[in-house]
Amino acid sequence: MLAKRIVPCLDVRHGKVVKGVNFEGVKDVGDPVACAAEYNRQGADEIVFYDIVASHEGRGTFLDVVRETAKQVFVPLTVGGGISTVEDMRQSLRAGADKISINSAAVKNPQLISDGAEIFGSQCIVVGIDAKRDGKGGFTVYANGGRIDMHVDLLKWVEEIEQRGAGEICLNSIDTDGVRGGFDLEMLKAVCARVRIPVIASGGAGKLSDFATVFQETDATAALAASLFHFGELTIPQVKADCRSKGIPMR
Amino acid sequence: MIAVIDYGAGNLFSVCNALTYLNIAHTVTKDAKELDRADAIILPGVGAFPAAMESLRATGLVDTVKANAKKKPLLGICLGMQMLFDRSDENGDCDGLGLIAGEVHRIPSKNVIIPHMGWNELAITQDSPLLKNIETPVYTYFVHSYQAFCDDKNIIAYCDYDGKIPALVTDGKFVFGSQYHPEKSGEKGLQMLRNFEELAK
Repeated sequence: MLAKRIVPCLDVRHGKVVKGVNFEGVKDVGDPVACAAEYNRQGADEIVFYDIVASHEGRGTFLDVVRETAKQVFVPLTVGGGISTVEDMRQSLRAGADKISINSAAVKNPQLISDGAEIFGSQCIVVGIDAKRDGKGGFTVYANGGRIDMHVDLLKWVEEIEQRGAGEICLNSIDTDGVRGGFDLEMLKAVCARVRIPVIASGGAGKLSDFATVFQETDATAALAASLFHFGELTIPQVKADCRSKGIPMR
Repeated sequence: MIAVIDYGAGNLFSVCNALTYLNIAHTVTKDAKELDRADAIILPGVGAFPAAMESLRATGLVDTVKANAKKKPLLGICLGMQMLFDRSDENGDCDGLGLIAGEVHRIPSKNVIIPHMGWNELAITQDSPLLKNIETPVYTYFVHSYQAFCDDKNIIAYCDYDGKIPALVTDGKFVFGSQYHPEKSGEKGLQMLRNFEELAK
């Protein structure tokens, strides 16, 4: 039986780890390679690096971080942020990423999903989504770090993502992100009911039991968190022990 | 010295990073003489079976790999493991190296997500030097859509994914294959690579 995954996410700016709360306000919490190595030691099942600047000039520094991490960390690495072409994907994979996460670029150009899956394989292609309640009982997809409403229906979008060959969806709820009241169970249930590919829950983890709850209440196969782990409020072994004690398979 | 076969496999880089991290002497090569000289051989692999076999054939190393597999440890990883078998029907029929009796077909279950991706628990059915000093439960990292079908005597460990998937296989002598990625399976995966180096001594 597949284990559910606990995934720490490291937001990287100018070679340093940061975490925005509700996408604004930034605190420096150090060296990304050291953070990743620590998460590896704690038993993270996968590590996500997100390039939050994603500028052309900063790209080299970011890829250096990925390259250094891949020399010391032996669990799957996912890289996201600023990836908008097949060539960007290739560069990240060459630097040592196992998976590529695309978000805004995929909404603006869905063909990128198909091309990436065709060239590198579905298992490499994660589509990240920032979504929010539309006030009419549905959910709408945002781009550019949650700043631009794309007026795309979330449930139609996830179907298209699957049909184009993505291997995974990382669903971040703008409504719960940074609020720390738990993952967005309603949004996750709606998405998991529409697709068969794995869905990673993101945005909202605030306390220990939030992780077990998301696995008990939804079909999410992984749960992602950032600041909660960075500041040591919770450790990955604590989260895994709590899930295990509730009968959830964990590595 | 372990020779890692260089035929363009996607996980070559990760495998070498892990060997370097473990201070295991290795060389990345497509030179037959280096394979003959090496104490052991690793065959990495990611992607589709026919394309990988074609790339391996293009290096001219197929006969060298087969000859060396009779006298020194050989470890195939992921697609490299599948290539150890007689044949695969991924994208049409294609012969493998024929070092372990069996065939490779798509994971048959209709009830699970394909590719089989993530950490799955090994059910160990045979002792193996590759599993020395590794405490159970052992979860390893899998990414694949095709699987081996072979005799139980060749299976050291399998995992359950709505059916039995051979995870670690052997010919009973020098040849080993892991469907999972030891180079992405955390500390326990690294220990398997250390154990493989021990075998090479």
